[in-house]
Amino acid sequence: MIELSSVTKTFNADRHNQFTAVDDVSLTIEPGRLTILKGPSGSGKTTLLALIGCMARPTSGRIRLHNIRTSFFTEAENSALDITSLPERFLTEIRRTTFGFIFQQFNLVKGISALENIMLPAYPTGENQADFRRRALELMELFSVSRHAASPVEWLSGGELQRVAIARALVNNPAIIIADEPTAHLDSKLSGEFMEMVGNLKSEGKTILIASHDPLVYDSVLADTVVGMRDGRITGITGAA
Amino acid sequence: MNIPLNRHSNILDFSLSSLLRRKSKNLSLLVVYTLIIFVIASLIFFVQALKREAAQLLKEAPDMVVQRMVAGRHDLIPAAYGEKISAIRGVTSVSPRLWGYYYDQVFGANYTLLVAEGKPVEPGNIMIGAGVARNQRIQASDMLTLKTSANEALLLTVQGIYPSSSELISSDLIILSAEDFQAMFNLPPGQNTDLAVTVANPREQVTVAAKIAELFPDTRPILKSEILRTYDSLFEWRGGMIVVILAVAVLSFIIFAWDKATGLSAEERKEIGILKSIGWETSDVLLLKFWEGIVISLSAFLTGVVLAYVHVFFFSAALFEHALKGWSVIYPQFRLVPVIDVYQLTVLFFLTVLPYTAATIIPAWLAATVPPDAAMRS
Repeated sequence: MIELSSVTKTFNADRHNQFTAVDDVSLTIEPGRLTILKGPSGSGKTTLLALIGCMARPTSGRIRLHNIRTSFFTEAENSALDITSLPERFLTEIRRTTFGFIFQQFNLVKGISALENIMLPAYPTGENQADFRRRALELMELFSVSRHAASPVEWLSGGELQRVAIARALVNNPAIIIADEPTAHLDSKLSGEFMEMVGNLKSEGKTILIASHDPLVYDSVLADTVVGMRDGRITGITGAA
Repeated sequence: MNIPLNRHSNILDFSLSSLLRRKSKNLSLLVVYTLIIFVIASLIFFVQALKREAAQLLKEAPDMVVQRMVAGRHDLIPAAYGEKISAIRGVTSVSPRLWGYYYDQVFGANYTLLVAEGKPVEPGNIMIGAGVARNQRIQASDMLTLKTSANEALLLTVQGIYPSSSELISSDLIILSAEDFQAMFNLPPGQNTDLAVTVANPREQVTVAAKIAELFPDTRPILKSEILRTYDSLFEWRGGMIVVILAVAVLSFIIFAWDKATGLSAEERKEIGILKSIGWETSDVLLLKFWEGIVISLSAFLTGVVLAYVHVFFFSAALFEHALKGWSVIYPQFRLVPVIDVYQLTVLFFLTVLPYTAATIIPAWLAATVPPDAAMRS
């Protein structure tokens, strides 16, 4: 479970261009469910995803993660881990082990193979390479991109890129998947395929958090909770348990 | 394998494939880097080998040489000086020496003419250095014509040619008999170029030299140690030219490393952002860049040093021997004996591999300190 209490993120604080991207947001994201952050551009969805995904720290407020596994907290302490003021090193570990990220632009590294792109998040974990390589190949099999294992990613089509990006997000077997506008560069057919894959992940018990203003995503029957956002604030929550 | 070792091996693996995808850029980096190391290492090997060569050959030099000075210039010394010097306590022997220079106008070359002390050649015969043989295009039992100071031709038969192992010193040498030498330069009998003095106890050499200078105020005793020092400074002077070449090479390296340091492309910056966003720590990115730098610089260092070794010791430093060896048209041709100065190579290693690796890491470190959410906004 992810718990946000009065989270605010202000950029360029005390400067003439001060800007509050997330304003006093309190929200609970249930485990194993699909939560959609819905709203227009500039509504604060991406910033909220970055805060939850340990990529940035809130200016104020608290973010707590429940039932996550890290090397620096024991199980007992772990029941609710406040990530708000953790040092960068710990945030990186949580980001690496707990979250899988799917970016709007896919953010795959050009020039290296699709397989290597999928293995990227696992390189610094210190895991045996043969193990995560096998896992990456299984994921490629699962997403039907095995034949592109050795191909540089620039040879792949949009749909294939999307699937490689999802496989990369899953290689460290994270509990939570975060996707930022994942269908922005996909046509309706590919967007539908993407939602199918999301459904599969959800059925595997993954917690999925998607920021999108695509009706194909937020109107999907798979969505458990849809959080409406505008100007950094929550405008409404539908489908909450 | 344990986790930290796995992490290193995984990141090293990735850095290799990362280097391969910018093949042309990294290959050109490697070539330039190798070339710089090659030039510097060649110079180091070359100078060390020359110094060693000279030291080896001068082992046989006399303990002391006594020259007579007239008006501050080196002049002929009478044989009578030698008799009195040999009477000085501590002096084992005194050998009068005859030597001089001869300029061959036809071939435009300078030769060193010397009367051998140990095994003198018969009048009418000569022994020559390999450089003279090459220059004159003659071989053993051929005739060589020299012009005497009276403008008469002196016909000499080549008895033998010195082996090329001692060519650095013997290249321009012509060994002839005392009679022929005197005929060449019209020397009065009983006059020598200088005297070679042997002193049994090395500690007494300075005292003996002082006594000689006192007995014959018009003489200049030169100790072997002084000759060695002169040779050393001669090579050091040549080392001066080497310093110029070295400075150019080091400067090229600095420009090259600076270019690398400031040359992190937008794509590389973006990649670093991606790596950070998917869970790479700043230290992981630095480790990646460290391995990239080490792979390039170590390969260049090792290749450059090996090529320099082959160049200097197998091809006699063919690329710059004309600039650095010999001072007449007769260039010595000899194979240098391999000498490796570990200290200088270590200095070279620390002055090249470390700055280059640092130059690779620093811009990456600057790029890697961007917040990980930057990739989400790109």
